[in-house]
Amino acid sequence: KRAYKPVSYVDQMAIHFSLNGNMIPKDSDEGRRQSIRLSIAAEKAPVENSAVTSEEAEIKDEESAGYTQAAEEEESEGSGTAEVAEASEAEEPPPPRVKEQKLANQFNFIERASRTLNNPMLERACQSEPTPCKNFSATANQWKIYDAYMEELQKMERSKEKEKPKAQIAKKEDEKKKGRKLTSLELQSDDITKISKAAKIMERMVNQNTFDDIAQDFKYFEDASDEYRDQQGTLLPLWKFQYDKTKRLAVTAISWNPKYKDLFAVGYGSYDFMKQGQGMLLLYSMKNPSFPEYVFSSESGIMCLDFHNDHPYLVAVGFYDGNVAIYNLKKATSQPSYKSSAKSGKHTEPVWQVKWQKDDMNNNLNFFSVSSDGRIVSWTLVQNELVHTDVIKLSAEGTTMQGPEGLQLQTLGCGTSFDFHKKIDYLFLVGTAEGKIYKCSKCYSSQFLDVFEAHHMAVDSVSWNPYHLKVFISCSSDWTVKIWDHTIKTPMFIYDLNSAVGDVAWSPYSSTVFAAVTTDGKAHVFDLSINKYEALCTQLVVAKKKNKITHIQFNPVHPVVIIGDERGHVTSLKLSPNLRKMPK
Amino acid sequence: AEVEETLKRIQAHKGVIATMVINAEGIPIRTTLDNSTTVQYAGLLRQLTMKARSTVRDIDPQNDLTFLRIRSKKHEIMIAPDKEYLLIVIQNPCE
Repeated sequence: KRAYKPVSYVDQMAIHFSLNGNMIPKDSDEGRRQSIRLSIAAEKAPVENSAVTSEEAEIKDEESAGYTQAAEEEESEGSGTAEVAEASEAEEPPPPRVKEQKLANQFNFIERASRTLNNPMLERACQSEPTPCKNFSATANQWKIYDAYMEELQKMERSKEKEKPKAQIAKKEDEKKKGRKLTSLELQSDDITKISKAAKIMERMVNQNTFDDIAQDFKYFEDASDEYRDQQGTLLPLWKFQYDKTKRLAVTAISWNPKYKDLFAVGYGSYDFMKQGQGMLLLYSMKNPSFPEYVFSSESGIMCLDFHNDHPYLVAVGFYDGNVAIYNLKKATSQPSYKSSAKSGKHTEPVWQVKWQKDDMNNNLNFFSVSSDGRIVSWTLVQNELVHTDVIKLSAEGTTMQGPEGLQLQTLGCGTSFDFHKKIDYLFLVGTAEGKIYKCSKCYSSQFLDVFEAHHMAVDSVSWNPYHLKVFISCSSDWTVKIWDHTIKTPMFIYDLNSAVGDVAWSPYSSTVFAAVTTDGKAHVFDLSINKYEALCTQLVVAKKKNKITHIQFNPVHPVVIIGDERGHVTSLKLSPNLRKMPK
Repeated sequence: AEVEETLKRIQAHKGVIATMVINAEGIPIRTTLDNSTTVQYAGLLRQLTMKARSTVRDIDPQNDLTFLRIRSKKHEIMIAPDKEYLLIVIQNPCE
């Protein structure tokens, strides 16, 4: 507070000089003694002086000189002092002596010390056992820390789950027991199934190495000669997929998986009425051309298949014997999950096409099927069973016959293909074996909205244009491909391809490009925006005489088409740039 | 089972010289080469795989190594790591 504060001791204080003083307080014993001694000495002097002056006065009065007096005094003093001193001494010797003696006693103190016996020291040590040490070294990587945290999280979650359902304790114990059994078995047999994932990846890699040039072509090759070819295009052959067991079967259906763009399903069966054998369903991935990913076999030939859009693991399949089935790819069995039977209303003729629909109001999966028995049936998966509902019966017009007992027999037309409109949900087209195309609605079960006199022979395929909502295309064994507007009765375009057309498909990337395949082994690709009358590409895909092409499909993402033929082969081809032009 | 078939197919594929399955301790479980070569490959490649995996995960712990390919003049060594196993295939890519 603005005043200097005395600090008694400072760290940095250095003592330069110290002198132990020997001042004794007056009042203490020692101090008194010393003062007495001094006073005796002082008394002697004045006493002596007075005695001396008196004597001198007597003796030497006459002598006036002070100094001589002084000198005499001095002399006399000397003698006087000696006398006085003697006198005083005589008077006072005893008390000082006594005092001195006393003083001496007080100062002469005797130190007397004694020492105890020291016990002999004995050192005794004891040592505890050293804690066991072990050398441990590890590197704390980023991922080790991350892993540790993830484990903690999982443990916490598990403990939370365990807390909640206490009623399921019994179940969990069972599961644990099973789990333990499994683990013990696995440990014993050192099972190799754990490596399945790695093996799969490896197989694909090995294949990629072998078919390296094809893989490179698929990804990067663009036919540069297209610039010189004046709008013609080519199809570059890529992989060829084949499997032993399907060598005698024909490809009857192909479809790409909506979710995994490299996965496609191929249905095998036989178009020959006389030679009906078993059927197969194979799913291939473009990443592994030498072996299918999934293999399913069935008793009857498969005629058609369709992937569900929302559940890409469900495949609906129609058989030659009129049955339909649903295969679930997630399950490991080779049997269909659900199958229709004669009891549940299967078709009496081969099922030519199946298509999934949106889930109905009860969220049940349902799909439609068309067959030569003239019925279009909707199948619904209700509580793990397929329930069928006849949607439409294709009555061939003008063919009611008089049967026995006056019954009116309706002969039914044979449906061979159908397609649902992309936007208008209830509208669909059915192609028949008589060459007619019916435009129908799901709401009307007996009446058609419209009839198109399309072809002279069976309509093999109908398909709505994915972009132009009024346009559809149809192909038939009468060698023609026709493009229609559904409001107009006559076709807009007719193409004659010199051979029975097996299948036609719109491309997913352009509204004017479509491809058709014919039984003479050729694939034709048309682009209406470039050339309305001729194909941009006509290419022989399979050996002409022995093999017929049956189906074609565009890959939704990559510029690849797959073509199936009668020998059980599936060929993939890449579209050259001229064929891939997008409309402006 | 199915895995056995896959491995057989890989071995029978064009250009494949050898296939090996090695467990987490570096002991070969299954191999088509002689023992000494297998052990040598196993030891060396296992260390390499661990280092590669450590690198990938250090950069991003949520990432993990799926496949490792070493292309040399003579052939290509492909390693597919699993949680406990290592599948090694040596192939001669026909060029």
